Amino acid sequence: MEKFTQLTATAAPLMRQNVDTDVIISIDNLMSQPRAKLGYFAFAPWRFLADGEENPEFELNRPGFRDAQILIAGRNFGCGSSREMAVWALSGMGFRCMIAPGFGDIFANNCTKNGLLAISLPENRVNDLAHAAEQAAGDTSFTIDLETNIITSPKGDTIPFEIAAGDRDALLAGLDEIGKTLQHGNAIAAFQARDRLARPWIYGVTVA
Amino acid sequence: MTGDHTLVDKIWDLHVVADLGQDQSLLHVDRHLLHDLSGTMALEEVNDKGYTVHSPELAFATPDHAVSSEPGRDDDTGGRSGRYVRGLREGCAKWGIKLFDLNDAAQGIVHVVGPEQGLTLPGTVLVCGDSHTSTHGALGALAWGIGSSEVAHVLATQTLVQTKPRQMRIRYNGSLSAHVVAKDLILYTIGKFGVDAGSGYAIEYAGPIIQALGVDARATLCNMSIELGARAGIIAPDDVTFGYLADKPFAPKGGQWDQALAHWRALPTDPDARFDKELSVNVADIEPQVTWGTSPGQITGISGNLPDPAQAKDVSERQNIKAALDYIGLAPGQALEGVPIDRVFIGSCTNGRLSDLRLAAEIVKGRKVANRVTAWVVPGSAPVKKAAEAEGLDKVFTEAGFHWREPGCSMCVAANGERVEPGARCVSTSNRNFVGRQGPEARTHLANPAMAAAAAVAGCITDVRKLAS
Ligand code: SF4
Repeated sequence: MEKFTQLTATAAPLMRQNVDTDVIISIDNLMSQPRAKLGYFAFAPWRFLADGEENPEFELNRPGFRDAQILIAGRNFGCGSSREMAVWALSGMGFRCMIAPGFGDIFANNCTKNGLLAISLPENRVNDLAHAAEQAAGDTSFTIDLETNIITSPKGDTIPFEIAAGDRDALLAGLDEIGKTLQHGNAIAAFQARDRLARPWIYGVTVA
Repeated sequence: MTGDHTLVDKIWDLHVVADLGQDQSLLHVDRHLLHDLSGTMALEEVNDKGYTVHSPELAFATPDHAVSSEPGRDDDTGGRSGRYVRGLREGCAKWGIKLFDLNDAAQGIVHVVGPEQGLTLPGTVLVCGDSHTSTHGALGALAWGIGSSEVAHVLATQTLVQTKPRQMRIRYNGSLSAHVVAKDLILYTIGKFGVDAGSGYAIEYAGPIIQALGVDARATLCNMSIELGARAGIIAPDDVTFGYLADKPFAPKGGQWDQALAHWRALPTDPDARFDKELSVNVADIEPQVTWGTSPGQITGISGNLPDPAQAKDVSERQNIKAALDYIGLAPGQALEGVPIDRVFIGSCTNGRLSDLRLAAEIVKGRKVANRVTAWVVPGSAPVKKAAEAEGLDKVFTEAGFHWREPGCSMCVAANGERVEPGARCVSTSNRNFVGRQGPEARTHLANPAMAAAAAVAGCITDVRKLAS
């Protein structure tokens, strides 16, 4: 997994509420497209018109926001399905950080597993940032610093943020979680040995 | 155990393998369910990275998402499922994971199969690479959906790194009106509290109304916890649960059953337990619910009208309502009742169980599907299909003009070509009315199975209470 330490980039506002993972990447595209191409199909129902042309009115199609790596979003961003391809699609579009008043729980987890930073902030803070991003269209000088937990806007405003310590460590180190967990192999084996005696009905079930 | 633990506390504590610090625990996973999208992908990842599957005996798989529901189907019917179904089959064969394969007598939607086979048990930690894994909470399992990276993690380690969720209890009081069922309870709850009300929480559903529900109805309720924003929903196991499990194929038998039962009886939340949040719902005012927009929280009782964006409380709310009305093709303030429809879908992990099909069949019996409507019944599993056929429900549906299909997710997720046409309107018993969920530009109205059946015969969104005598 790619590390996340500090990022200086353009921020794009997408202030719709309850953006779901189906709209981020449709079942059609996630089944038929290779991972490397998912970015092109992110938000397809909004991003493209019926004739396949780009919709100039879609927030992220506007000049100044097309190369954004920071997404500022409305409440409950990434709700719905557990499809990790939603995160792959966003990362394929170039995003590395998302800021919203709240995220779908599974989506936020999937972000961390893929080296994307999902920051929750109070709604008024997010609205301020969206406003700042609007004003600063094309300005790449939003900085997200995970080492100090501070967002800096182009005007120099600083906004502190919090993130679960375990997630922060994983992002900073770009850790391979499976490798790390396997270091607890003995504890897992000991748990199962104990548990087999305490709850034998959990293990080795077959149909008579 | 002291007297102030919740059901979730008790299950959590029993599954901690290691305390990782920073509020994180390594939790043991007792049951890992795999399906043909995230399961196949994670099995491939395990292969690519050279990991070993840790405890194949605790994993169970079935293809459901990608497969066709067309009668006589095979791996490739519909054109896109082959890679996924074969990938699942190969991965399961390689590691010795029990697979309920396509056309196996137990195949079905993973969240229908788990309870039905007795794989889902009270007090277990159960995960699956699917957000509706919350369904399994119906039997008192702590169950939640994970992404495919986490599926690979569980395959390789039989554990998950987790932070304990906050806990919420929702109590249901009062008595239900006629023709109001579990689907209406949960849709109403979502409408009342909002689609992110449960974010960060595990929800325990409680109260006399809940205890009176059968396991199928409890599954419907827990299923849509994710539409409330919660990863997990759970109901205390009781005699209803135990009665349901007693004859299930993979449930414990004999001495192990007695041992398990003693364990299960100690699981319910203690009287002095405290929740981070308590909500209550008075069910007396609930009527059959129908969604009008593109989020499950955009909902009204059948006699209600659509909102008017002009009356929204703020700009963002106004834009939200307007975008939803534009997509769904309905006017501000109009009545939902009487809106003509094109499609009906009865099925999914929300409402594809035997009792759901019975509810729908009761309305359909002796009636005909309206001319303009194409209506499908997709049983949630092969056992559901078989049991329904044994009761003659398939005949009731087909004689009325419904299509009777093979088990799977089908039009709930519109994989593999089973979709609602662009611009067409569908009343669906599934759980998501998102933009494009049932196909590009498809318009979805979520409702309970009897309401969907009523819409099929009326040709429009209608109040089932007017059809039921
Ligand atoms: S029926 Fe629908 S919601 Fe349920 S598992 Fe299948 S796709 Fe997901």
